Amino acid sequence: MENLKCKGARDMLPQDTACFRYIEDAFRRSCLAWGYQEVRTPTLEYLNLFTSAGTLTPKMLSRVYSFLDWDGWSGERVALRPDGTIPVARLYVENLIQEKTAKLFYVTNVFAFEETGKESREKWQGGVELLGSSKSIADVELILLALEILRSLGIEDFELQLSHAGLLKSLLAELELSTEENRDLLTQILDGNWQHLTQIQTNSPDVNRVLSLLLNFRGKTSGFLENLKTLPKLSPALKREIDNFAEVSSLLDATGCNYRIDVTSVRSFEYYTGLCFAFSLNKEKIVSGGRYDNLIPIIGNGDTPACGFALYIDSLIDLVQPQQQHAADKGVAITIESTTPSATRSVFQLAASLRKAGYVTELVISDSKPKWRWSVTVRDKPPTFSITDQTQNQKLDAASIDDVVSVILGDPA
Amino acid sequence: MLTERQSECIKLALPKGKLLPATACLLNEIGLKFDNYSQETRIYRLQATESPNISGKIFQEKDIPIQVAIGNYDFGICGLDWIEELLTKYPASSLVKLADLEYGKGSVYLAASLYGGLTQEELLNKQTRWRIVSEYPNIAETLALNLRLRRFNILPLWGAAEAYPPENAELAVLWAKSEAELKDKGLTALRALLPANAYLIANKESWQSKNMSQVMSYFRQGLEAYNKPWQQVKIRMPKSYSSYRPEPNGNKIWLAVPDGHQQEPTLEFLTKAGLNLPGYSAETLDRRPSINLDWVNVKVIRPQDMPLQVANGNFDLAITGKDWLLNHLYRFPTSPATELAELGFGGVRIVAVVTQELPAAGINDLREMVQSGKLSPLRVATEYTDIADKYLHDNHIRKYKIIPTWGASEALLPEDADLLIENTQTGKTLAKHRLKIIDNLFQSTACLIGNRDSIQSGHKNERITFMVDLFRRTAMSS
Repeated sequence: MENLKCKGARDMLPQDTACFRYIEDAFRRSCLAWGYQEVRTPTLEYLNLFTSAGTLTPKMLSRVYSFLDWDGWSGERVALRPDGTIPVARLYVENLIQEKTAKLFYVTNVFAFEETGKESREKWQGGVELLGSSKSIADVELILLALEILRSLGIEDFELQLSHAGLLKSLLAELELSTEENRDLLTQILDGNWQHLTQIQTNSPDVNRVLSLLLNFRGKTSGFLENLKTLPKLSPALKREIDNFAEVSSLLDATGCNYRIDVTSVRSFEYYTGLCFAFSLNKEKIVSGGRYDNLIPIIGNGDTPACGFALYIDSLIDLVQPQQQHAADKGVAITIESTTPSATRSVFQLAASLRKAGYVTELVISDSKPKWRWSVTVRDKPPTFSITDQTQNQKLDAASIDDVVSVILGDPA
Repeated sequence: MLTERQSECIKLALPKGKLLPATACLLNEIGLKFDNYSQETRIYRLQATESPNISGKIFQEKDIPIQVAIGNYDFGICGLDWIEELLTKYPASSLVKLADLEYGKGSVYLAASLYGGLTQEELLNKQTRWRIVSEYPNIAETLALNLRLRRFNILPLWGAAEAYPPENAELAVLWAKSEAELKDKGLTALRALLPANAYLIANKESWQSKNMSQVMSYFRQGLEAYNKPWQQVKIRMPKSYSSYRPEPNGNKIWLAVPDGHQQEPTLEFLTKAGLNLPGYSAETLDRRPSINLDWVNVKVIRPQDMPLQVANGNFDLAITGKDWLLNHLYRFPTSPATELAELGFGGVRIVAVVTQELPAAGINDLREMVQSGKLSPLRVATEYTDIADKYLHDNHIRKYKIIPTWGASEALLPEDADLLIENTQTGKTLAKHRLKIIDNLFQSTACLIGNRDSIQSGHKNERITFMVDLFRRTAMSS
């Protein structure tokens, strides 16, 4: 049969959707418990929200789904949301900026073109944004929140990696490149091509030394950063960024959180300005986030520092095992023998009573394998109800709805 | 020895327009002559004079990369600009770039008005809304993204990009032979984006699976030759210039008049209305002709582009065709562009056309053929993509593909398309190409259009009303 589904699109079948809900529920539960509030933003946004320098990288922009709306004669393009954070930053600027601090979360889809069509072009993520705080403890809170969510999903053997966009950007500034060279180099490393940074020939041996110490070694505690800080001849700007990095990681040390410092662990960090972090499991990234103090100023001229992270639901769907929502013995299959008015009435009344008692009731429309412990056949004439307990292989007749309910409820085994 | 495999049929897509004379010269010189491949030809299907297995078809240059990519043709010759316009947006296109043919030399430039005073530094740093006009919207968009322009609007054009800066656009992305040529048009080059000579391309699938060495060896012979007379063939393009006059106060009204086929009847009409535009009638077109009304500014642009330009407020009035206005309104139903006067000339019918061989007398027959799977999906070639979309929806044709073209669409039937939505004056050309009309969509004539919002409000109201009255009176008296 020919393909009816769009290339690069993904259907979520019942099993996938159950898994999706399981992840989403765990995510929402934790966020709400940590005092975050849920928001939603529209699927369509103006493209120019994402085109400013410091928002999305050119490579990401070249994969955005953008088009002219029905009233787009001015050439103003709209885009299918390619990113979760930027629309929420816009929502904050337009609605909540007077509240200074906002703790927001959302579950959303984001769209990006992918050539082969083998990967989904629509991806789902749970996002958390903490807007209005520049304090390091905010970064720490986000990391610990992500940690809690992953653990509540039964994921334990993940790896947490830290990097620092501010440190990387001030290192680039030390290279004293022209605007254009700087932009090209940034574009390269944003795409993960770190070798371009090592290939740069600088005139300053001090900068070279810091570069090689940063790129070639992985730190395991804040001690690594304290060591870097003591290097001679660091510029004040660079020192400030290392200080910040060291502060966050020492706070993480205090909470007993394990991590590795790997500055090359981030990519596409265009809007990040400070600490960046990523959780991965078997090399697959499942959470990433960081501090983006300049994004809200770019969008709305306000001076609001912020940080956040995204949980990649599509990657997690394949990794978690949801607990069954409804155990088989909490379910009843109801069959109607012949569709008379009185039998129909009995069927739906019985179903309502059982649902009230916390059972899933499923009307049997066609012959199918019973997936519930209980099944009830409803007749027009007495004995009106026949109850079958599949686990015990027992059959029992009952005369009224109340009798049926008490038989099923009365046996909690 | 000629084996069976070497005599496989090979199809070439050959360019009309500015590249035709030099391409014809090249093909003649390398021994791959096609009869009737000349400026004057009315025949689109060609046969290589000495190789019965090689055929060709003439297309607008812009259509060639698409035709080759979708596999209708094995080889194509067109400017690198059109190849890159396709590949920028669709890098996975099935195209192989084979050889720079070293003629039709020019580049695609990013340019600004000579009189706008825009510098390189401003381009990178100025926080403004950039309006970029171009026949290459994909190249323009990629450029804007790479320059990290914060706010930009890409206004796609059918042509005459040079006429827009500085009043109607800050930047233009356009092809020119050289920076000097840009200067003649009143523009300054900010960047040369890509060299855009004539190029030989092949379909990827054909290249991988077909033995096409026979054709390739013709081209190799030419490219390795000492003498390359095709490089000496002059590109003849309609000459135009632009006599820029700064406009200190914004009180004048802007009128857009068409170039191309509609230019002559429009000029005649304007003359009848008592309007005198010396630069519009001259042999070398002035894109900004003067007019004997000192409160009117005139620009000459493509009629296809006018509705969008009027909607954006770049022009108060424009003379275009009803077909282009409708095409615009179907795409942008809330657009303020509106018809103000019917001018009574340039009458054409917009028709649905199929090949005479197709056993279909009307659109209903066609629908049945699509439904039964005989013509599914229906391939629809048209310049009027939005009129075609609406027509096909209205007639409940469920499965179709629109192939946008830039003129000479009749060449596509029957091999490369099943249905055309086209304009015709008498239907004679269609009949000559063994095509038949199965439906009349509507009658189109030249009309004066304006911007509903700007007419209702604003200080220009009185002047616009004067012009509309003048045009209506003139149309009635003829």
